[in-house]
Amino acid sequence: MTAIEVRGLRKAYKGHEVVRGIDLEVARGEVFALLGPNGAGKTTTTEILEGHRRRDGGEVSVLGADPGTAGSEWRARLGIVLQDADDAADLTVIEMVRHLAGFYPDPRPPAEVIELVGLTPKAKSRIRTLSGGQRRRLDVALGIVGRPELLFLDEPTTGFDPEARRLFWDLIRELAAEGTTILLTTHYLEEAEALADRLAVLAAGQIVAQGTPAALGGRASAGAKVSWREDGVLRTEQVPDPTPLIRKLVAADTDLSTLTVTRPTLEDTYLSLIGAHR
Amino acid sequence: MSGVFAPAPGRAPMRSVVASQIRMELTLTARRGEAVVLAMGVPLLVLLGAGLTEVTNVPGDDRLAFVVPGVLALTVMSTAFTGQAITTGYERSYGVLKRLGASPLTRPGLLFAKTAAVLGLIVLQLIVLAGVGLAVGWRPHFEAILPALGVTVLATAAYSGLALLMASLLRPEATTGAATLIYVLMLAAGGIMFAAPDLGTFGWFVLPLAAHAEALRQTLSYGGSVPTAIWLSLATWAVVFVTAAARKFRWE
Repeated sequence: MTAIEVRGLRKAYKGHEVVRGIDLEVARGEVFALLGPNGAGKTTTTEILEGHRRRDGGEVSVLGADPGTAGSEWRARLGIVLQDADDAADLTVIEMVRHLAGFYPDPRPPAEVIELVGLTPKAKSRIRTLSGGQRRRLDVALGIVGRPELLFLDEPTTGFDPEARRLFWDLIRELAAEGTTILLTTHYLEEAEALADRLAVLAAGQIVAQGTPAALGGRASAGAKVSWREDGVLRTEQVPDPTPLIRKLVAADTDLSTLTVTRPTLEDTYLSLIGAHR
Repeated sequence: MSGVFAPAPGRAPMRSVVASQIRMELTLTARRGEAVVLAMGVPLLVLLGAGLTEVTNVPGDDRLAFVVPGVLALTVMSTAFTGQAITTGYERSYGVLKRLGASPLTRPGLLFAKTAAVLGLIVLQLIVLAGVGLAVGWRPHFEAILPALGVTVLATAAYSGLALLMASLLRPEATTGAATLIYVLMLAAGGIMFAAPDLGTFGWFVLPLAAHAEALRQTLSYGGSVPTAIWLSLATWAVVFVTAAARKFRWE
């Protein structure tokens, strides 16, 4: 079953096309990441899927409905963590979470949600006194309080310290393990690699690669770089499959204490993908 | 599987959603209580100034019978229109509304909640101001309170609709400027401190403040009924601006 299906999505702002024909398919229960530099169209795409923005063209189905016309019953099945909800409200954290919880029939207990995002010490603080990272964590809390079946996370960990990011990753894994479909946009490649079942790289409004983190952009078949030191000299060979070479080295009784085998990292692949489309 | 992380999506009944939003609006209003008290400063000044001294010419012999209902109407406009427009304009620019837009709360739901919350606040303010009026010698006809409340609800809806429409179309600074300007113009031309320009029935349709004030005078001060033209005027204002706001309102 598909949670999200997008065909030929287009969107322009004042004549400038920022989304130029995107096709996407996200299965139920999947964690899908949209990667891309600033201005690639990630947020616009996400906001169209959330029903926040109108599209200029293409077909979109989210949980079986068209976000452009779906009503509040449909919206209640989504959890949305906006990128720029810079809310300076005079409510406290617990009041805001409790307020949103009141919109849903079977919400997570507000105190539990606050604990899950690590904000318990700040529960009684006014929202405008929170730091940027703490506000993001509140956004995440508000996104999950209604137990959504589809969760949108638009750059959720911006401003998180490493510990908060780990806590967030654990939370996302737990949500995914129990069946929540998640669409994540992120700048952080290690985040996409750690969380996503599949990902798509967006550059200049188009998808330039799509696949599992391990296979993205031909990464799995990109071969490996084998290096070792022989008689004090650094030797490096680029091979499609390192196995025969290493076997040969072992057979020749070469000293392999300095052997390294490296494949292109997700970052290498990503940079070469978006570099080619600038 | 039904662990703590399992999805259980759905929307609470729209009534609970809106009730929750009204509670939030009232909490936020209480948090800026100083602003609410300050907003009563001008009406109070007008009440005591124009009601008890001869600084302005008012029609009739009973100054308080003319001035107090006008001050009540002015307060309704100040809170439902000026205050509402400014607060909502800034909420929009701060992203508060965008967050609500991501929730199951609908546009009409939010507009209703904002109007209901502002009506609650207005009732409190009117009780205080009417109390001051009574203390200085205003003698209202309590039996005429129902039609007076009726026109007040219509006026509140009309002002609130216009406020939310403006807050949607203009930047917050422009909203603040325009809302303040309209307040001052209405205060001058609306027949509060002195008689409004005599435009007859037509005046009631262009100056909702004058229409509302006159309706409160006819009922509370003189024990009469609300002229049909005023019902019509305020109902038209309410329907037009609430509909426009529901269509044009933007979350961000």
